[in-house]
Order: sequence, then structure tokens, then C-alpha cells
Amino acid sequence: MSFLEIEHIDKSFGATRVVKDFNLSIERGEFISLLGPSGCGKTTVLRMVAGFETPSSGSIRIDGREVTNLRPNQRNIGMVFQAYALFPNLTVADNVAFGLRVKGMARSAREARVAEMLRLIGLEGFGERFPFQLSGGQQQRVALARALAIEPAVLLLDEPLSALDAKIRVSLREEIRSIQRRLGITTIFVTHDQEEALSISDRVVVMNAGVADQIGPPFEIYNRPATRFVAEFVGTLNLLQADVLEPTSGRLRLGSAEVTLGRPLPEGRVTVAMRPEVVTLGRAEGNEVVFEGMIDDVHFLGSVIRVEASVAGDRILLDTFNRPNLPPPAPGSRAEFSMRKDDLLIL
Amino acid sequence: MRAKIWSWVALAIGFIYFLLPLIGTIEFSLRKRRGEYSLDAYRSVFEDPRFRETFSYSVAMALFTILVGVLIVVPTAYWVRLRFPRLRPVVEFVTLLPLVIPPIVIVFGYIRLYNTGSILPLTGTAMGTNFLLMMGYATLSLPYMYRAVDTGLRAIDVRTLSEAAQSLGAGWPVIIARVILPNVLVAVLSGAFLTFAIVIGEFVMAALLNRPAFGPYLQLIGANQAYEPAALAVIAFAITWFCMGLIQLVSRFSAHGRAKRS
Ligand SMILES: Nc1ncnc2c1ncn2[C@@H]1O[C@H](COP(=O)(O)OP(=O)(O)O)[C@@H](O)[C@H]1O
Ligand SMILES: [Mg+2]
Repeated sequence: MSFLEIEHIDKSFGATRVVKDFNLSIERGEFISLLGPSGCGKTTVLRMVAGFETPSSGSIRIDGREVTNLRPNQRNIGMVFQAYALFPNLTVADNVAFGLRVKGMARSAREARVAEMLRLIGLEGFGERFPFQLSGGQQQRVALARALAIEPAVLLLDEPLSALDAKIRVSLREEIRSIQRRLGITTIFVTHDQEEALSISDRVVVMNAGVADQIGPPFEIYNRPATRFVAEFVGTLNLLQADVLEPTSGRLRLGSAEVTLGRPLPEGRVTVAMRPEVVTLGRAEGNEVVFEGMIDDVHFLGSVIRVEASVAGDRILLDTFNRPNLPPPAPGSRAEFSMRKDDLLIL
Repeated sequence: MRAKIWSWVALAIGFIYFLLPLIGTIEFSLRKRRGEYSLDAYRSVFEDPRFRETFSYSVAMALFTILVGVLIVVPTAYWVRLRFPRLRPVVEFVTLLPLVIPPIVIVFGYIRLYNTGSILPLTGTAMGTNFLLMMGYATLSLPYMYRAVDTGLRAIDVRTLSEAAQSLGAGWPVIIARVILPNVLVAVLSGAFLTFAIVIGEFVMAALLNRPAFGPYLQLIGANQAYEPAALAVIAFAITWFCMGLIQLVSRFSAHGRAKRS
């Protein structure tokens, strides 16, 4: 049995069903991201785990204990909010000590723990400051320390980086991940930013309109999306229309190329998809699929060159690494593209 | 340029309107001794034991009123904001009623409801009547207290702060006492000082409930003496101003603890 078990939870607000038969098992120490567009129910799932919302049906167990109907203050859960939610009247040290004080921890033990937490987040010497004297990133780190101080069973973070600058967002997410690893704390991280989710998670849950479309490691989510929604939401995707020539053997025509996938396809037209980085400019060894197109535009991004092209009426993007001895093609010229058959996604 | 002149004129008129009577009162209060200015009127006021008795009675009543007002208003305003935001206009209307219903109506209602023949004969004992009077005062101060606290709550993210505290293990009493109250303290204090000023000067309720409060004493002196009422008026002014100064001071001092709104 897993450490955190979410089984068949459903949540409706009035007549609107916001979370639909959601299941998730999380191992102890795992870092899980809930990824999805705004309004898909990520926060609602998180709030049900925290106890701020009660599921309409289903159950939640933490470490074998049924918590579905427990109040938030009985669950021993650490929560970090997008808006930091530090207590404005308390110093940094008192904010971190809040949960310990509520528990009735003795003063000396409390002070030691607060010092340890401030060291953990790299804010030693900031204990006497007030929240408004800190930057956003520092405030969010204090909020993290406050949540971790009570040694929660589970750490929940609801878009904790969304209010921060891009630069701090990246460094703080790495910091959150490294602290999480060090403490080995089971964590659910909510975000609408796919890069964020892919870069720091053990597993990602992609949510779509209240349903978990796919649950898996980032590598799998990105390379083998289970649904069209996942494929389109995570990463950039090229979509091409292809004519199915032979449904049983999976033979189809893609622009000027004919490909046999070796698995059955529906009759008529299908949409095939590919990531920009699996398409190569020109032919290459092992790339069975070769098709022609017209270069529309070339964006030189430094280490990567992004090419926009038209292939049989569809627009595709492809990324190639910059090679100093190979200048990028000129817009308006015709070119050949190639890719591996296995990298074609049929959605 | 022209507009500027007129604003100065308006300001001057305002000044004269407010200051002239005050200066007149102060001047008059100093003229008890014939032919020279003196503090005789003040001395005779302070030496009057009834002044001390009624004043300390009213101060005590004011403190209890503030305490009860805070205990009623803070949780109510908090709960309405957190759980029943749609009820806010209703609650706001209810808290405005004391401004519309004259105190004399309230106090006659009290006397009818709680007289010695009723189930709850509060008017039968001095303590009971004090309690009634305090509740009356709390009612009178409700519009100011509620508005002040509600404004204070608006400045913080009540919901998220409450949830943060809850996830850290806090129950409702702890949340109200340690998270909400400290963050609306300035608002509560400004409500408290207004309440103080109202209670100190209140006449109708205290007189009709026949309690030895400062308001009825003012009236009594005013009806019977010449210079002392002026001195008392100046003292009452001083108290009010002192309260307002305290409001300023408190809001300035606590400014360091207030977060920017995020
Ligand atoms: N307390 C609530 N009452 C009514 N509807 C709500 C409530 N909370 C969330 N919703 C609705 O549920 C849906 C999912 O919300 P939420 O879980 O916050 O999404 P996300 O966090 O993924 O952006 C939204 O359509 C939102 O409007
Ligand atoms: Mg959300």
C-alpha cells in the first residue's frame, strides 16, 4: 500500500463536477506534480488532501490512516500558498515557530528547530525581520520553512512560484526539490507550467477538466503522451494531416513520404504529431521517414536553431542544434526533413 | 490661482466655525475669579467627589463596553468575511441600525423587556442595570466598531492566513486570537477609542437607567453652575483629542508590522 492514497475522489460545487473519479497513489518521499491548465481542478484536489474541502465521494489515506473527514488541523500537513500567506504581524522566526507553538513545543526545542529551518532555507540571520522586509522569493522560502517546521507527513505546494520573477522561479524550484530530497518528504506540487513540472518531479499528473489524463515520469509524459490533450499541453507539438492508405498494416502518406507503422489505423485521415526535436533537417542515419517542405522562417536562438516550415499545407517547427560549419537554410528554399518512424505519435 | 484663494477662504471659515466656540469656552472657563484669569473652575471640578466618581464609573463602563464589543464584533466580522460573504450587506445594515434608532427607544425597550416583573429582571439590581447599560453602549458603538474592524480585515488575506494557520495545527480560537486579532489591532483600537469617546459623553441611556455616569453629571452641573460646565466641556474635549491622538500614535507605531498587500 502506498504512503498517500487518493481513491475515487469526486468533488462537485453545486451542480458543477470539478474533480471526476480522481485516483493517485504516492510513495513515501515521492515528488508529484499536478499539471494542468487553470481551472482544471488542481487546487481542488490539493485542498481535499489538505482538508480545506471535503470530497463529495471517495477517500484519502495518509500512511494507512483514513483522513477524508479529518479537519485540516488534525492532518499534520504542510501547505505552501501562491500568495506566501506569512503572518504579517510576526517576525520570520515567529512565523516559522507558529506551528511549533501551537503544538506546545518547549521554548528551547522550538528555538533550535527554528534555527535549523532558517539554515535549511539559507536565511540565517533573517529571524528578526518582518515579512514585508523580505523579497518575494525570501518570503516564499520562509513559508516553506514554516510548513516544514512541524515535520508534516505530506508537503503541499499550490503554485508556489507563480508570483515570482522568472529567474527566481527557476532557482527556487531547484531549491525546493533539493530540500525535498534531503528531507525525503512526500510532496505534491501544483503548477500550470509544464517546464516546472517536468524538471523537478518524480512523476507528473496531467489533469484535464477534473480528470487525470496521464500519470507518469516526465520522460514518459513527454515522449509517450497518452491523450491528445497531454501531447498538446506538455511541450510543443507539430500536427500533420496524413492519409491512411492501408488501415490494417498502418500504412499512411505524410506529405511526400509513405510510412508503414505496422499497427492498425482508422480509415480516412489521421492526425500525426511529432516533437520539434525529433525532426532533422536533411537526411540522417536511421531516419526512415523523409519528406519535403518549404522553409518559412529561421530563428537563431544560439545553441538551438528553430526552423518554421510548411509540409503539405501544414506548418511544422523543428529544432536543430547549432553547428558552426553548417549555416542554417535560407527562408523560401525547399528542404528535406527526416525522422524516425517510432517518433511519430498518432493521436 | 483663483481656486486656491477660495480653498483658503473655505479653510478659514472652517477654522473659525470650529475654533471660535472652543476658544470662547476656554476663555469663559478661566473667568471664575473676577477680573483675572484663573483655573478656579477646574479646581472646583476636580475637587468635586462626584466628578471623580462619575468619571471613573464611565471609564470602567467604557472599558467593559470595548471588551464586549471586541468579543462580539471581531469574530462576527471575521466569520462573515470568511464563510458568508454574501451576508455582508445584511450584517452591515444591522450594524447601522443604532444610528437610525434613537437611544431613547432602545433604553425604553430595555426597561420594558427587563423590568422587575419580567423573566430576566435585570433592572432590579445595580449590577444588572450596569450590564444593561453596557450592552446599550455596545449597541451604540456597533456601527463604528464593526466598520473599523471590517476595514482592518480587508487589509489582510483573511482566508489564506486562516488556512495557513489551520494547516499548522491551529483551531479557531487560536486563529482568532493569534492571527486575526493582532492583524486588525489598529482597527480594533481606533474602534475602541471611538467607543470610549461615545461612552464618556453618553447621557440618555445612563440618565434613564439612573446610573451614576459622567454624562448625567455634566448635565447636572450645566444646569446649576456657570463656569464649571465650561471647564468640563474643555476637559471632555481634551479627552476626545487625547483619544484621537492615541489612534494616530498606535497606527504609526504598528506600521512596521503591517505587510504590503500582496
Ligand atoms: N469554492 C468553490 N465554489 C465553486 N466553484 C469552485 C470553488 N473552488 C473552485 N471552483 C471551481 O472549480 C474549478 C476548478 O478550480 P481549481 O481547483 O481552483 O482549478 P485550478 O487550481 O486547476 O486552476 C474552477 O472552475 C473553479 O471555478
Ligand atoms: Mg489553482
